[in-house]
Formats: sequence, structure tokens, C-alpha cells
Amino acid sequence: MMAPDRIWNTQAQSRARRLARAAEALGKSEIGLRGKQVAADDTVKLLTAVLECGDRVCLEGNNQKQADFLARALTQLDPAQVHDLHMVQSVLALPEHLDLFENGIASKLDFSFSGPQSARLAKMVSAGRIQIGAIHTYLELFARYFVDLTPRISLVCAQAADAQGNLFTGPNTEDTPAIVEATAFKGGIVIAQVNEMLDHLPRVDIPGDWVNFVILAPKPNVIEPLFTRDPAQISEIQVLMAMMAIKGLYAEYGVQRLNHGIGFDTAAIELLLPTYAESLGLKGKICQHWALNPHPALIPAIEAGWVQSIHSFGSELGMENYVSARSDVFFTGADGSLRSNRAMSQAAGHYACDMFIGSTLQIDLNGHSSTATAGRIAGFGGAPNMGADARGRRHASPAWLKAGAQARQGRGGVHAMPRGQKLVVQIVETFREHMQPAFVETLDAWKLAEQAKMEIPPVMIYGDDVTHILTEEGIANLLLCRTDEEREQAIRGVAGYTPVGLARDKRMVENLRDRGIIRRAEDLGIDKRQATRSLLAARNMRDLVRASGGLYNPPKRFRNW
Amino acid sequence: MEHLKFDFAGAHAPQNFKAILVGVVGSGNLEVLMEPGADPAHCTISITTSARGFGPIWEAVAQNFHSQHQLAGVAISINDMGATPAVVSLRLDQAAASLSFTAGPAL
Repeated sequence: MMAPDRIWNTQAQSRARRLARAAEALGKSEIGLRGKQVAADDTVKLLTAVLECGDRVCLEGNNQKQADFLARALTQLDPAQVHDLHMVQSVLALPEHLDLFENGIASKLDFSFSGPQSARLAKMVSAGRIQIGAIHTYLELFARYFVDLTPRISLVCAQAADAQGNLFTGPNTEDTPAIVEATAFKGGIVIAQVNEMLDHLPRVDIPGDWVNFVILAPKPNVIEPLFTRDPAQISEIQVLMAMMAIKGLYAEYGVQRLNHGIGFDTAAIELLLPTYAESLGLKGKICQHWALNPHPALIPAIEAGWVQSIHSFGSELGMENYVSARSDVFFTGADGSLRSNRAMSQAAGHYACDMFIGSTLQIDLNGHSSTATAGRIAGFGGAPNMGADARGRRHASPAWLKAGAQARQGRGGVHAMPRGQKLVVQIVETFREHMQPAFVETLDAWKLAEQAKMEIPPVMIYGDDVTHILTEEGIANLLLCRTDEEREQAIRGVAGYTPVGLARDKRMVENLRDRGIIRRAEDLGIDKRQATRSLLAARNMRDLVRASGGLYNPPKRFRNW
Repeated sequence: MEHLKFDFAGAHAPQNFKAILVGVVGSGNLEVLMEPGADPAHCTISITTSARGFGPIWEAVAQNFHSQHQLAGVAISINDMGATPAVVSLRLDQAAASLSFTAGPAL
């Protein structure tokens, strides 16, 4: 027997009521509703009509592009009418994202990354102004959009729309498909801000029937060039570390599919492929497939024929024409421009890459690594997805098998089953700026967890996922360590002159070196005299432009010639 | 400015060599000058650094360099403008790599 009085479509009914309220509110305005287009001046009216207290709201704050106009409009709501919103967004980048909480419009937050707002966020959390649900990785937050954090209202950002509400995102598609899909198919409402209204879109990234309203924003959306590293700032130590990475890891494991972090350390590796790696005869043997944003530093390697494919999380300002002209390498639409997708690229980085290599701020004696510092609640974005062994992976590749074999060598029981492992490499100089040691006894993450009342310390990459630590002093291969003590000494053995490094057991470190668990530059046959900036395939921004044949067009702030 | 001086008894005397200069005196960098030393059995390292209070780290860097190379008959002068230990070690190793020995450590 069915229960007689249960209503099974309350969400659809709620959506219909909200849309009716919007139509009524906008109908009374001067311009009203033209198709799906709402006048920018009516945005606050629209938001007031569709929102209800306690709604889960996704305000598209991405790693790069920002729905900044809608963010501003949301802060202008009357908290007496709309309050206690639960914000579920990947990145808190704009001051408005926190103003919402200060104004009493929102009260709860689930997110992934808060780089530029991390200090203010920490203050507001300790003052009780924000209740944090959890800090996620990107893919983890998107996953929850489809389980228990489905947005009721999503405020997204696109390059252009047509009258039917079809959206063209341009190269920076980023999070939009994941957000819109979760919202549109679960009784939610999607509102998009766009930079232009067009009769015919270059391509459709989001179908119009998933979108309820579009608003032509008065100004183009904010977007940040986060992945541009000026080669002029790469140091000789970074060149040395890049040489060690290429010879001691990429060549050693035959790494063909990988993801790079965004720092100068990995930019140096990208710029050494057509020079140093070429001289080692590695072309075609490493680095052919990438999950990576269009890094300008990879241009020389692409031009030299090193790279077969790159799938991107987002785009990078200035790389548009270059990407369009290299569609064999990048994923592009029929219109010629890049199609990025953060959720897909995160999945690609997690499951289909054999290596992640990136930097960090602190590493402890167990190899746990974190960029969390006291007084800042920053989150880690996508790094934990890239920098984690994919436990669900079932396909083999030489690099994955070799890492797995090293981890299992000589072990019995459950570890005797042949299985691979992802290479997860932390590349750091032993001292950071202002002589801050990168190696510590205790991560600042513990202090932050206490300050912000977190259930667990915010660790970016767990020690049992880290396979190698690379510093200017050498490479520690944690796969080969068999005891906690060996692991600790392997880490101390590459920690240089930091207090952690100076406290090493010298005999044990030499023993680890004899066993190949620690390898120094000289053990790898690297001549340190070669470690000069002249080894970089591009030494400044101008070289990158030249390497691209003039297709790369760096943002003004990087045009220093 | 801080001045530090270390003196080690070594084993490997490079063949007749002219002064070797690596690096530049610039912020975060240093220059290392290697010359024939007065004492054929010792290696001396004199350091002038703009950063005060890092004596123990300099000592560790110098000792480590010496235990790796065991140079003798060499006088090393360092002009430092706040280089990290990583840069100091790199410059020392780069200078040492340019020395030649009749039968010395293979580099």
C-alpha cells in the first residue's frame, strides 16, 4: 500500500513557485523578462524572488574565472528577507564571498580553496561568523553536489549566451558543467552572468534548457592568470632540482602521463625538457600526456614535439591563440577554442596519470605535507586528488608497475599481490624564503586545526601517498623504506641544513644512500656545473612568446620587455 | 657583516690550478673564490656574509663540503649576500668540480 498523503515532487513544485515569483517580480519592472534574459539592474530583484532562507547556493567562484557581478548582487540582498544561506562553492577568491557572511546573508560554508581570502576566513571562523561544513578537494566537492550538497540555486559565469539561455564558456569552462548539471536536474535554478549576448554562439557548452536566467553583466568577469611563471625568476637551484627530477624520476620510471603543480620548481622541469632531457635522449620516452592547464612554460617542449596531449582544468590568459593553433595537443571545440573542464581533468589527473609532482610549504618526519599555516584557512584545491594514489585504478603502465613493485618488494601477505602505485613527488628547497625550513617536526596544520576547531589537521598530501621527496640535496625514495625509522632518516637525509636535516643519523643516512633509497645529484651522474639558467629553453617571457611564434600573448603585468 | 673562518686537514691536493671564481655577489647569491692555499695539507674557508647569526649552519655546510671533497692546499673565500645553504653548497660543488686531480675523487 502506498502512503496516501506523501507528495513526491516538492522540489519541482518549489522550483515552479520560485520561477513564478521571479516572473512576477520582473514583470513589474521596466524591462521585464526578455526570453531568459534579465536586465542587470533587476538582478537583486531576481535573486530576492528565487531565494529562500537556508537555501544551498553555489556562487561560481572558480580557481580562475569568477561570477563577480552575481557575487556583488548577492551581497546587496536584505538579510531580513534572505538569510542563513549555505554556500557550496569551490573557491573563495573575492572579498564579496566573505562579505555575504559578514552581512548576515549566509551562515554556512562548504568549499575547497580560499587562497586570497584565507586570513580573513580564519578570523571570521574564530569570531563565529562562519560555520565551515568541510574543506574538500575540487572533485570531492563536485561529488557532493550530486549526493548531499546539491545546490538549490546556482549563480554561474559564462562568456556569452543566446536568447534561449545556451551558454558559451570560452576556454575557461572550469567548474560550470559540474555545477549546472547538479542544480538543473535536482529541482534547482541556474542563473548565469555573461559578458555578451549573441544571436549565434560559437559553440554551446551548457544547453539552454539547463539554464533559467541570463544576465548581461556590466563588466566582463574577473579572471586570474594563475599558471604563468616568468622564467626569469627561476633559480639555479631550481634548475638543479629539475635535472634531478628528470634523470632520477622521469627517466627512472618512464613517466609518460603526469600532472605538474603550478610552482617555479615544476616550471623549471617544463623548460628543461627540450634541452637537458633531450640531451639524455628522453624525447618520446617521457612526458607525452598531461592533465595540465595551458602552462606558458610548456610552450618550448610542445614546439619541440615532446607533447602529444594536454587536457586542462581551466585555461590561462594569453594562451588562447596558441591553444587554438595547436588543436592536435589541446582539447578544443568546433569554434577552435579550448574546452576545459575541472571535474573531468581532476578525474584524469587522479586515475589516468602516473605521476604528480608539486611543491609544498612543510613536510614532517612521516612525509605528511601541508601548505596550511596558522592564521590561514586556505584549503588545497585539487592537489590532494592529483597527489594521492588512485586506489580504484586497475589499468597498468610501466611507471605505475615499477612504483608498485618497489613498494611491495620483499613483502608478503596482502602486499604480495602485484599492484601498481602512483608516483607522488614533493619537490621543495630545504629552506623557503626568509630561511623558513620546509622540513619540520610538527606541521603548522595541527595548530590551525586547534585554532579553527577542525576535526582533523588539514594535510595536503598524506605521508603514505608521498613516494618521493626531492630537494636540492637529493631524492628520498619512500617506496623503498620498510620501517618508520628508515622513512624518517630518508626524509632527514634530504632535509639539508634545516634543524630536521642536521639531526640526521649520519651512518643510517649513508646506509640508505648505499641502498639507493637516497640519491644525490652525483649519484645520478649529474654535473652540477651544468646547473645554470642557460639550460632553460626560455629564460624570460619574451623567449616564451618567441617560442610560440608570436601566438602567446602574455597579460600586461608579465610584459616586462 | 659577519666573518667566519674554518680550517680542515685534507687529503686531495688539486694539480696546479689557477684561481676559480663561481657565482656573483648579489642578493640571495654569493661568490666563491678557490685559490692555491698556503698550507699544502689543509683547506681553509673564509666567509664574509651579510646575514648574521647563521654560524652553526655555515659550519655544517663547510664541514659537509670538506667531508665530501677532502681538499688540501686550497684556500676558499666566500662573499655572501644572504644565499641559502642550497646555493652555497651548489657554488662550492661547482667550483670543486672544476678542479683536476692526478688521482682524486671521481666527480
